[in-house]
Amino acid sequence: MRIFDPHIHMTSRTTDDYEAMYAAGVRALVEPAFWLGQPRSNVGSFVDYFDSLLGWEPFRAAQFGIEHFCTIGLNPKEANDPRCVEVLDLLPRFLAKDRVVAVGELGYDSMTKEEDEAFSRQLELALEHDLPVLVHTPHRDKAAGTRRTLDVIKEAGVPAERVIIDHLNEMTVAMVRDAGCWAAFSVYPDTKMDEHRMVRILQEHGLERMLVNSAADWGRSDPLKTLKTGRAMLEAGFSDDDVDRVLWLNPVEFYAQSGRLTLEDESIETGASATFQGSSVLRGARDN
Amino acid sequence: MSSPASDSASTSPSTTYPSTTTAPTEAGVAGALEAVLSDQQAGWLADARARVSAAPTQVGAVFPAVRRSCGAGLLPSPDATLSGWTVDDAARALLLVDVARAGLPPDDLAREVQDLYRYGDAAERRAVLRALPLLDAVLGDRALPVVTDALRTNDTRIVGAAVGPYAASHLDADAFRQAVLKCVFVGVPLASFSGLSERADAELARMLADFAHERIAAGREVPADIWLVLDRFPEAVETAGLREELSSPVPERRAAAQRALAGHDAAVAQEG
Ligand SMILES: [Zn+2]
Repeated sequence: MRIFDPHIHMTSRTTDDYEAMYAAGVRALVEPAFWLGQPRSNVGSFVDYFDSLLGWEPFRAAQFGIEHFCTIGLNPKEANDPRCVEVLDLLPRFLAKDRVVAVGELGYDSMTKEEDEAFSRQLELALEHDLPVLVHTPHRDKAAGTRRTLDVIKEAGVPAERVIIDHLNEMTVAMVRDAGCWAAFSVYPDTKMDEHRMVRILQEHGLERMLVNSAADWGRSDPLKTLKTGRAMLEAGFSDDDVDRVLWLNPVEFYAQSGRLTLEDESIETGASATFQGSSVLRGARDN
Repeated sequence: MSSPASDSASTSPSTTYPSTTTAPTEAGVAGALEAVLSDQQAGWLADARARVSAAPTQVGAVFPAVRRSCGAGLLPSPDATLSGWTVDDAARALLLVDVARAGLPPDDLAREVQDLYRYGDAAERRAVLRALPLLDAVLGDRALPVVTDALRTNDTRIVGAAVGPYAASHLDADAFRQAVLKCVFVGVPLASFSGLSERADAELARMLADFAHERIAAGREVPADIWLVLDRFPEAVETAGLREELSSPVPERRAAAQRALAGHDAAVAQEG
């Protein structure tokens, strides 16, 4: 099984996770810029975080044979903090980078006026930079939030096929598919979605424009939920090709719209590090 | 810090250290690129270079798009000074040469270089580091902060690009030794370390021999390339007590010492 995890926060994960993911078949992933669990108090914290998503984290991933791409954006939680909003002015600099395959993750948290402004402005940036968009749906008041999200995207003029709406469930999947956006599901140990519910949704709605991710982060989560969903699909009678479609071809098709998805990128392995692949993170970690 | 061999390290900003290391040249870079770029890629680069020559501060806008426009593969070239360079490294180096030639005062050029590094992704940072020898005549040691920042990372792509001819000419003795030790720790081969044969000294040999001893005491492998330095300073090997480890009561230490010193014997045999 080859797996592309279209949404996972590796910054919060260990090298054990990278090893287990590679063993499970994960060969590529997208790490969306998001909240760190603790509020940032200044713009510089974002700059260092974005730098890490564009340098250190792809390097770490490469040590374990995994291609790392990212999305860049101001998350809705921190869009409410006046100390952080100025990062919007710095986004164009980062959106120009090679490994940025979408703007995100955007969307609503508490559906405030400030969140509205940050969302709209970043949708404009996506159009300017010709990038797709990753939008999550709020944890609270999800159906209303999803409806409003779809309206705002339509108003901004971003083509539906260039948008992922994430963290969906049984109540929100239909409206997203009707709107023509890509529907994504974060399969979690005990909250948003589990692999068996996921299989039922795929049986009901089909495989087209469907994405499955682990959204693993600093909270209780499981970076192997993609693999487990693939297995549950096979047990339910889906074919190997069906699983490949959902876990590999679909995410590749979506993010390839950025024009920046260079899989099997040889460049990451060039230079002095090539012959030492696999050792330097371990050795480096011991130095510190 | 009280290192006995730091006498040669001056803090004067204009210090350069003797190094016979050959540095890449503009002609070499341009030639290697010409052989590999398609017409379309070459056209893009020519436009970008013209734009930067006319308005050097535009380089920040052009720099991130280089890989998408010119390619990212290894640069095929028999030129040893371009070993490990990628196509995007070479194209970005030429853009920096144009910036340097556009007549910016050296301090402004240094700021432009630092900004490109500061706001660059990993590939852009590597390209800035690799291009520094081409800018040396104008920059002098003004770009040293970029090199020292790179040497603080644990990203071997960045560290490996930092220890080129520019670092060999401008790092002071302490920083140079620390850079060598860092490479050994993170796994950047010393064979690609510019200026190592000219600038290695007894203090560096002591540090590497102590490092080897520490590894042997832990029963771990010692990277063979430290013998590039240690073979020239046999007294450091004796002082560090590596040979005594051959008769350690701990079998793992004896075995590690045997393996480590075999690296030395192999290196000597190869030279002979
Ligand atoms: Zn997320």
